[in-house]
Amino acid sequence: MAIEVRIPTILRTHTGGAKTVEGSGATLGQLVDDLDSQHPGLKGRLVTDEGKLHRFVNVYVNDEDVRFTGALDTQVKDGDSVTILPAVAGGC
Amino acid sequence: MARFASLVESLGGTPLVGLPNLSPTSDVRLWAKLEDHNPTGSIKDRAAIKMIEAAEKEGKLTPGDTILEPTSGNTGISLAMVARQRGYRLICVMPENTSIERRQLLEMYGAQIISSPAAGGSNQAVAVAKGLAAEHDDWVMLYQYGNPANAQAHYEGTAPEILADLPSITHFVAGLGTTGTLMGCSRYFREHKPDVQVIAAEPRYGELVYGLRNIDEGFIPELYDASLLDSRFSVGPEDAVHRTRQLVEREGIFAGISTGAILHAALGIADKEVAAGRRADICFIVCDGGWKYLSTGAYAGTLEEASSRLEGQLWA
Repeated sequence: MAIEVRIPTILRTHTGGAKTVEGSGATLGQLVDDLDSQHPGLKGRLVTDEGKLHRFVNVYVNDEDVRFTGALDTQVKDGDSVTILPAVAGGC
Repeated sequence: MARFASLVESLGGTPLVGLPNLSPTSDVRLWAKLEDHNPTGSIKDRAAIKMIEAAEKEGKLTPGDTILEPTSGNTGISLAMVARQRGYRLICVMPENTSIERRQLLEMYGAQIISSPAAGGSNQAVAVAKGLAAEHDDWVMLYQYGNPANAQAHYEGTAPEILADLPSITHFVAGLGTTGTLMGCSRYFREHKPDVQVIAAEPRYGELVYGLRNIDEGFIPELYDASLLDSRFSVGPEDAVHRTRQLVEREGIFAGISTGAILHAALGIADKEVAAGRRADICFIVCDGGWKYLSTGAYAGTLEEASSRLEGQLWA
C-alpha cells in the first residue's frame, strides 16, 4: 500500500505524463519530499522557498483541503488519496 | 406577508426545510435553505440585486448604461432580469462549456453573450471580461468575485434568515465559487453565533477546467478570506450527482448539481457528528433547481454515465 497522488495536467511534465503517482510519508511534507526524489522538480512547483504551499496550488487529502488541517504538516497514511489542483475560478 | 410591489422585491425570505429521511438521527439533523425560491430561481439573485443597487447608490450606474460580467450562468441570469427591468444593457462573458439552458435563459432576458474558451473555465471568462472592461471604460463591470456587495447580501439576508429559523444551528455548509455566500454568512455567524462551523464544498471539475498554461494564471477571488472557513472539501461529479439524485428521491427536492456537492459535504459532517455522539443542526444551501441542468444528462442513466457526461462541463 502507498499513498496515491493525483497530478494536474500542468504538473505532468514532472511525472512523465502520469496522471497519478504513488509515494509515502507520515506527513504531506514528507510525501512531497518523497515525490520530489522520484520526480525531480515537482516540489519546487508546489512549495515556495519559504516552505509554504504555493498560493495557487490546492492540495486535498481524502478530499479535504490541507490548508485547514495543518498544511504541509497534515498527517497522511497508506491508503489515503491526495489530489493536487491549481486554484481556478469556480462557476458562478 | 407574501405580497410584493414587484418581482425584485420578493427576493429572499426563502424556506428552510428539514430532511427527515436523509438526516442520520433525530439528534443530527440536516436543513436545506431553498434558494431556488428566489426571483430567477437561484441564490445569485441576492448578490446580483445587491451589486446593482450598490452601484446605483454610488452613482456608478444609471439607466442606459452597459453592465459587463464574467459568469457561468446564474449570476448572469439574475443580472439580466434586473437589468431589463431597470433599463441597463447586459453583456455576459461565459465559458463555452456551460449548459444550453443557461444560455437560452440569458438570451430570453435580453443579455448579450460573449463566449470564452472552455479550457481554463471561469478563469478565462474573468480574464476576457477584465480585458473588455479595460477597453470600454464606460462599461460597468460589477465583478462578483471581488464586489463586497456580493458578500454583504448574504451578511444582511441569507445568514440572519437562517439564524432566525434555526437558532440551534451548529454547522453551515455552502458552495465555494465567488466565495460571497460563505464569506457573508460566516461574518454574520462569527458575530452572532461564533460556535457555528462554516464549511465550504468546492466542485471538482474535469481536467479541461484546470487547463492553465502556467500555475501563475491561478485565481483566488478577491472576496476570499480563509480565516472565515473551518474546513473546505473538494467534491467530484460522481458524488455530486449521487447526492443530487438522493435529494430528489428521498426528500423530493429537485436541485442542481452543485447542491449535490454541498449535500455530500454536509452528510460527511453529519456522519462525524454521529460518530462523536454530538447533537448537530447542519444547514446547507440549495443553490438552484435542477431545471437548467436537464440537458447535461445528470438525471438519466447510471451514475457513471451521468458523471462522465459532465466531464469538461462547468456543472456548478
